[in-house]
Amino acid sequence: MQQDWPTLKELATAVKNGSSSAIDLTHRALERVERQQKKYNATILTLKEAALKRAEAIDRAIAEGKDPGVLAGIPFIAKDNFLILNSETRAASNILSGFIAPYQASAINALERAGAVCVAKANMDAFAHGASTENSDFGVTKNPYDTSRVAGGSSGGSAASVALGLVPFALGTDTGGSIRQPAAFCGVVGLKPTYGLVSRNGVIAMGSSLDCIGPITSRVEDAALVLDVMSGRDELDSTTIEKDKLGYTNLEKLKLDKVKIGVISEYFEQGLDDEVKAKLLKLLKKLEAGGAKVSNVSLPSTKLALACYYIIAPAEVSSNLSRYDGIRYGYSDRDANDLEQTYLNSRGKGFGKEAKRRIIIGTFVLSSGYYDAYYKKAMTVRTKIINEFDAAFKDYDYLIGPVAPTTAFKIGEKSKDPLQMYLADVMTVAANLAGIPSISLPNGLDEKGLPIGVQLMAGRQNDRNLLLMAKMIEEVNSHA
Amino acid sequence: MAKKKALNKWPKKVKTMSSKYLPTIGIECHVQLRTKTKLFSGADNDARTAKPNTLINHIDFGLPGALPVFNREALHLAVRAALALGVEPQLFSTFDRKHYFYPDLPMGYQITQYDQPVIIGGQVEYTLNGELKRVSITRAHLEADAGKSSHPGTKDYSLVDLNRAGTPLLEIVSEPDMHSAAEARAFAEELYLLMCYAEVTDGDLYHGNMRFDVNVSLSDNDKLGVRSETKNLNSFRAVEKAVDYEIKRQSELLERNQLVVQETRGWNEAKQKTIPQRSKENADDYRYMPDPDLPPIEIDPKYIKQVESEMPKLPAFWRNELSALGLSSSQSNILLEAGVNFAEAKYMDLVLDFSSRGLNTKALVNWLVNVDIPLVKTDSSLIRTDRNKLYLDVLNLVEAGKLSSTNTKELIAAALKSSEVLSNISAYASQAGLLQQSDSSQLEETIKEILFTNAEAVKDVKAGQDKAIGFLIGQVMAKTSGQANPEVARQLIEKLIKQA
Repeated sequence: MQQDWPTLKELATAVKNGSSSAIDLTHRALERVERQQKKYNATILTLKEAALKRAEAIDRAIAEGKDPGVLAGIPFIAKDNFLILNSETRAASNILSGFIAPYQASAINALERAGAVCVAKANMDAFAHGASTENSDFGVTKNPYDTSRVAGGSSGGSAASVALGLVPFALGTDTGGSIRQPAAFCGVVGLKPTYGLVSRNGVIAMGSSLDCIGPITSRVEDAALVLDVMSGRDELDSTTIEKDKLGYTNLEKLKLDKVKIGVISEYFEQGLDDEVKAKLLKLLKKLEAGGAKVSNVSLPSTKLALACYYIIAPAEVSSNLSRYDGIRYGYSDRDANDLEQTYLNSRGKGFGKEAKRRIIIGTFVLSSGYYDAYYKKAMTVRTKIINEFDAAFKDYDYLIGPVAPTTAFKIGEKSKDPLQMYLADVMTVAANLAGIPSISLPNGLDEKGLPIGVQLMAGRQNDRNLLLMAKMIEEVNSHA
Repeated sequence: MAKKKALNKWPKKVKTMSSKYLPTIGIECHVQLRTKTKLFSGADNDARTAKPNTLINHIDFGLPGALPVFNREALHLAVRAALALGVEPQLFSTFDRKHYFYPDLPMGYQITQYDQPVIIGGQVEYTLNGELKRVSITRAHLEADAGKSSHPGTKDYSLVDLNRAGTPLLEIVSEPDMHSAAEARAFAEELYLLMCYAEVTDGDLYHGNMRFDVNVSLSDNDKLGVRSETKNLNSFRAVEKAVDYEIKRQSELLERNQLVVQETRGWNEAKQKTIPQRSKENADDYRYMPDPDLPPIEIDPKYIKQVESEMPKLPAFWRNELSALGLSSSQSNILLEAGVNFAEAKYMDLVLDFSSRGLNTKALVNWLVNVDIPLVKTDSSLIRTDRNKLYLDVLNLVEAGKLSSTNTKELIAAALKSSEVLSNISAYASQAGLLQQSDSSQLEETIKEILFTNAEAVKDVKAGQDKAIGFLIGQVMAKTSGQANPEVARQLIEKLIKQA
């Protein structure tokens, strides 16, 4: 299996002009989904019937002379935390087993309106808690480059799906790096847009002030098109913002000699793998050679970002997971004989270890007597981080750094030590705390043949500019 | 959750204090806002007659991925409430999550305003026994109501109805400015009128549109004592009785040198007493946090001006108007309360219409207070009568001098009860013999004539035969084509015969 899909634009054109069809593309994707399952476990649910029905409808529409949209007939895979109408949605957690979504996420609606066809639900860390997809109640997703290694997480299934060429694009969610880190581990493009640019309506919440929805693709151009389709104000999510007036497609070529790039120095101090570092420095050289002004920038508060994140995120997690109480839907312990037992048993048996760990941390930091010392202080640090980024973007058009300290680690290597696992997010959480757009791009392979990623960030709502520069990096890297 | 401040000063005047303890009372009131839809979802807000769990959507049900969307209509009503309380709303306020587990709380948290409420300050003024009183408002905040749980006594299950889940509430918290049960009741009544006249709430107390929590403490020095909070009182009588009971209960404890425990209590209507529910020592930790799904509410001062310009008339306006018409304050209150309790009758609109057209508003108000409202209280089906036509027709007859005051009342009652009467009031009045001869001297002339031509009957009357007087009245009615008031005719006949 390989990433052999043409660009989304080409695919849609082929479907519309009859040289391909929605049903062909959907069949191809469904076959690939089925074939990888045993070896990689990238998906946990196939939506065969619904997908074929949609594909047929799209082909029929084309036959009738209608335009099904810019993603006509293109199959995709959604992370299991997206609600898809009438299909089981579990966020890879047993506590939601049997939960059939009675409504659909706004992002899915937008993609379907543009003609895309969802063929499967991707594996993930349960409730998006994790950096390796090992916390899934449906087994770990294996790295397409080395099945003894993780695909990253929490959108590990989505990243692996694209890397394996199951579909031309997949959807992920990114609360602290959950799109960018698995994209880096799997050698694909992962975009976390500005907070609020894509509606969270109908996506199972992790940390509501941090959660972003974004595409995972093989190319920047495809990520831009998917973002263009999904983005913008949604009245069902009060935190959404308007999209860029120019949209995110038709990306013009950036003149590198006009670009100022800041290299975040703090990210070079934190146990950064030599090969990851070397590849990044090599890229910077190429950009400089192209005329870009590259210099080091210090963001001292980013050192506090991980600690800050692991207070704010669990606080929001503990609140957001309160609704899974065994009363209305999902897993409910039938042996319980009173209300308290129903709560204790349903949540006790339904949630996995990591969810419980985060509920406990979150409950603690919000408790009276601890709120000021933890949550409130973390919110103060968050403001500092935001201010530091704002200041940096006055001097620089972009900030750059690694996505993660290392390439994909071994399955089981960190799963026994939650702190080690949390450290996998050390370079990605700051963008979530600051709400800025950030993209993970392939930056070559290490000696073991594992993909290395590079992370590019821009100021809030500068997603279009971010994509312009990402496209330049992609181009620079293509002439290896 | 109100932050109580210490009572710094002993109030200057404390009336009718039989005990040595000074009661101090603060009230929290949940006002259900009359929005069409819920505070954060598009589901219908009027759960009064709906079947259980029919007015809910994915947000009210707390489904995964569901996000609250703030209903701007609730903000409109909150701004009105602020203006009714005599204060401008906060230009910036925020929503927080208050966490606890209960089956009727679908998300596991209630969305409320903890840190930065939409209203800070304000006051309520009321008159009690002729004395003007003022209670300061600490704050008022928007929040979503929970659903309703019921526990069928003999069954091994509980039932949850989420129709009410997400209903918008404005929780108004008073300062501890009251010192007697009567004051507490009067405050509650006035707050109720304010919120109803400002059209913030439908004010249906039976359906819990306004629920009161009373905080009562006693003290014999200048520090506040330990308070109890009696929750969920849904009538003014219950407010008064609960405060009375708590004052009595706490003074008895203090008299016996026992401590008052800080606790939440409930009101048992059947036993007319408060009962302990849970003590504050093991109170829940609600783990308040800012709600990341809801951006802060920001209000443009121009918006406040606009709401102010469209503000409905408040009780103070009506009291002035009615007192200028010579109504006593108790009559005014009867009318003000009826204006709310029987809103469909549109009493206040009628009064305003009469007054703006220069009609006899005083007469109207008297009919409303003495005839109309008492009748409606006994038969609520009379609410829907078209009163505009009724009182214009009646006023015409009265001003033409054709109706005695007794007959006016009878006519109003008849017209309220029957649409046929209403559709042709003067014909009915005439048939029913309610109209009187306008010119009594003319009637006297007619009677004199009849007495002259019926000397036989006059003689019989003088001899004490009552039948004869009836005959004479009949003659009068025939001669006047039924226009004479028979009672008046009888009196005139008797008078003239006596004089003869």
